[in-house]
Amino acid sequence: MQMVNETGWKPKIVAFCCNWCSYAGADLAGSGRLSYPADIKIIRVPCSCRVNPLFILRAFERGADGVILCGCHPGDCHYTSGNYYARRRMTMLFSMLDYLGIERGRTRVEWVSAAEGAKFSATMNDFAKTITELGENRKLGDLRCKK
Amino acid sequence: MENNAKFLTETALRISGVNPRKCMKCGKCSGTCPNYDAMEYHPHQFVAMVEKGQIEKLMQSKSIYLCLSCMACVERCPRGVEPGKLVEAVRLMQIRQQDKNHKGARDIPEFADESVPQQLLMAAMRKYRK
Amino acid sequence: MQKIGVFVCWCGSNIAATVDVEAVAEAVKNEPGVVFSANYQYMCSAAGQKLIQDAIHEHHLTGIVVCSCSPRMHEATFRKTAESAGLNPYMVEIANIREQCSWIHKDKEEATAKAIVLAKAAISKLRNDTPLQAGTSAVTKRCLVIGGGIAGIQTALDVADAGYEVDIVEQRPTIGGRMAQLDKTFPTLDCAACILTPKMVEASQNEKINIISYAKVEKVSGFVGSFKATIRKKARFVDETKCTGCSLCTTKCPSRKGKNEFNMNLDNRGAIYIPFAQAIPNVAVIDPEQCIKLKTGKCGLCEKVCSAGAINYKQEDELIEREYGAIVVATGFKPIDPSPLNEFGYADNADVVTSLEFERLMNAAGPTKGTLLRPSDGKHPKTIVFIQCVGSRCEENTKRGKPYCSKICCMYTAKHAMLVREKYPDTDVHVFYIDVRTPGKNFDEFYRRAAEQYGVDYIKGMVGKVAKEGDKLMVQGSDLINNEQVHIAADMVVLATAIEPDPTARSIGTMLTASMDTNDFFTEAHPKLRPVESPTAGIFLSGVAQGPKDIPETVAQAGAAASKVIGLLAKDHLVTNPCVAQSNELMCNGCSQCEKVCPYGAITYVEKEVRGPGVREVRRVAQVNPAVCQGCGACTVTCPSGAMDLKGFSNKQILAEVDAICRW
Repeated sequence: MQMVNETGWKPKIVAFCCNWCSYAGADLAGSGRLSYPADIKIIRVPCSCRVNPLFILRAFERGADGVILCGCHPGDCHYTSGNYYARRRMTMLFSMLDYLGIERGRTRVEWVSAAEGAKFSATMNDFAKTITELGENRKLGDLRCKK
Repeated sequence: MENNAKFLTETALRISGVNPRKCMKCGKCSGTCPNYDAMEYHPHQFVAMVEKGQIEKLMQSKSIYLCLSCMACVERCPRGVEPGKLVEAVRLMQIRQQDKNHKGARDIPEFADESVPQQLLMAAMRKYRK
Repeated sequence: MQKIGVFVCWCGSNIAATVDVEAVAEAVKNEPGVVFSANYQYMCSAAGQKLIQDAIHEHHLTGIVVCSCSPRMHEATFRKTAESAGLNPYMVEIANIREQCSWIHKDKEEATAKAIVLAKAAISKLRNDTPLQAGTSAVTKRCLVIGGGIAGIQTALDVADAGYEVDIVEQRPTIGGRMAQLDKTFPTLDCAACILTPKMVEASQNEKINIISYAKVEKVSGFVGSFKATIRKKARFVDETKCTGCSLCTTKCPSRKGKNEFNMNLDNRGAIYIPFAQAIPNVAVIDPEQCIKLKTGKCGLCEKVCSAGAINYKQEDELIEREYGAIVVATGFKPIDPSPLNEFGYADNADVVTSLEFERLMNAAGPTKGTLLRPSDGKHPKTIVFIQCVGSRCEENTKRGKPYCSKICCMYTAKHAMLVREKYPDTDVHVFYIDVRTPGKNFDEFYRRAAEQYGVDYIKGMVGKVAKEGDKLMVQGSDLINNEQVHIAADMVVLATAIEPDPTARSIGTMLTASMDTNDFFTEAHPKLRPVESPTAGIFLSGVAQGPKDIPETVAQAGAAASKVIGLLAKDHLVTNPCVAQSNELMCNGCSQCEKVCPYGAITYVEKEVRGPGVREVRRVAQVNPAVCQGCGACTVTCPSGAMDLKGFSNKQILAEVDAICRW
């Protein structure tokens, strides 16, 4: 299953997943054979707080159309408080993106536990749908990076 | 739950702001109630009946007028359910039933004593019109 | 330039059915750095691992990418494989092409394309990998147990049994804790002192155990394997080495105003006292608040009567500094003060008592020598009302009480009711309950015995009001089964008060950087799989400090904590996770941001001479302790100058992955 709009354009989506909850949730979605679009590629990080807002900007610059960050549910962080830091940092980043006129839907933070394979798959499907509707990311892409 | 019961329950919950699901059925409200023996439905039953959607029964019961509104149950409920507020809400629902409680201008002469001053009748009518 | 080998696993048909593994192996061949690629049916099998090892030798590989199942499954396997072939185990990257590719996609072309991107991302990351060495740190073979109740004693005994030194630090003048105050224990009804005091004696006689009583831990620094603690041993004004525990001084002391804490303040004690007859250490202690000599300088009676010459009015606090490999928190609990719940009238009526006070009133060594008498007038109570769940199971964040179930109250109330009925069969006993919770071996049988054989009147409902009327206590409550309000004229009311962590727990938790929940109970590293460890390495949890527990559970947990301590102390060195944060001294601007976000206190600031191109000066720079750092990466993002990076998940590595994914 791949998201394709009328022109044949396919979105590029980067998902940052924390090692302890969301990455395990993605694994569970896999073992449950719960499909989501192949346009989504996952990057494993130890904790959602490892994700620098600059990583997300870099992804957009290099041509990503959507970036999603998944971490443990509040209160469940393996490192006790990492996801709270992530939440605050992303709130700051998102408000800056808002200010720049970047569509809000291109970025998202979701909490997915290691037991929520179904939620992971549903979230990814929904996010891919949103990004497909939003279309190609033109504003943040660095044209010099295009092939 | 039939539609009317559902509507009544939602109204009671909205007016009172109470969530009866928080109740752990300890009976502290009934243990604390100073007018327990006079009431047909006791405070803990009140919460349970609202949870089950039996508002109409409560509205018909005299219990809603026998509650002293001392709010001891509200003060002492360990789960913050606040049964007294539910009683208050159901009482208000009964009173606010415009068409059932309302007396039209034509009804008044039947029971109005001749000695009642006309000014009072006018005031009463104005009040009930609202 | 690295020499990278790529190994694509079929996982039988798990991967090969939807991903063209050969195409993947072919596609990555021309990636920069890749010198070898292969595919095989089961990479994790012995033959598959041999294939990897052979390729490492043959092609002098500097790093490998395995395209297989989730790294959560076999990363460790392949790291070992690489290590045995002489490769640094951290030069291994896994591309997850099973859980995150072949299993979720049906279209083979699409899945193959994705697998190639994932493989390329892993290769890009690997190009930025550096060999990492797992560090080691030494282990001090000594354990600190904070709290000398049954939990602390049991942990200390078990750790000492394995041959390690243990220090018990107890804030009160004697060990024994809450269990020493109990009369009988449920569900067997054996006397608490009879089973506890032998353990106390055992602890005091064990050569490996050092009891530091009347003391508190003042400061803790360091990390797992090498903590440094400062312990303040308060002045007892009695020389512990000389005092024989004859207790003559305690009978002669003219000051009688001090409240007897051991008897829950139900009677008074002298200014010099021994908490109870079997106290350990069996040494007197002077309460400086009450002592006439210490306050006015006149008296000195105890000094005169002490034939051992143990009294020393000039004694001062002593500071002990020691190193420990592990710390066990066994700080225990206290019952809450039910005074704010004014409907029970605890503050106004002497005959409304808490269960622990009742325990003392029933105890042969208590203020009434074991005869049940009302505190107000010393008469036998004929009607006793027990009220359960006082201050437990309340809505969170309200003044009503604690949101949790205190767990032990149902059982000890059944015990009290049973003991009263047995000792004084003419007494009426009523118990108001919300639910009777008896999940434990022989627990429900015990409760049913109280109701059926001992005739205890269990009333389902709660008490709304307790008011004094003459010499009676009028109890008004609800009986939900009978649907009526009941009024009982009682002589005594016993409140099964909730228990809460000892008031010192919060400051100890902060000192140890051990996380706690909103109720001040210590949190465990994992609620199911690591129940006796704190998330902070080297800190272990024993007893009620972690959550409400009865005695058998406490003892079991104490033993479990001890086994974890022994497992730690048995090691000479600890191997640390090398994927930890690292600060670049040249870039660090000394702002302290990282120190503030670190949940483990792994970052400290040091004044250090920094040398670099054109730089040679002393600066304040961040230093990460790799033994404490758990590698979450919070500091790396916080660092404004980009000095902080996380090994194994460095900025470069993650960005390489981002770039690789976005390129295709």
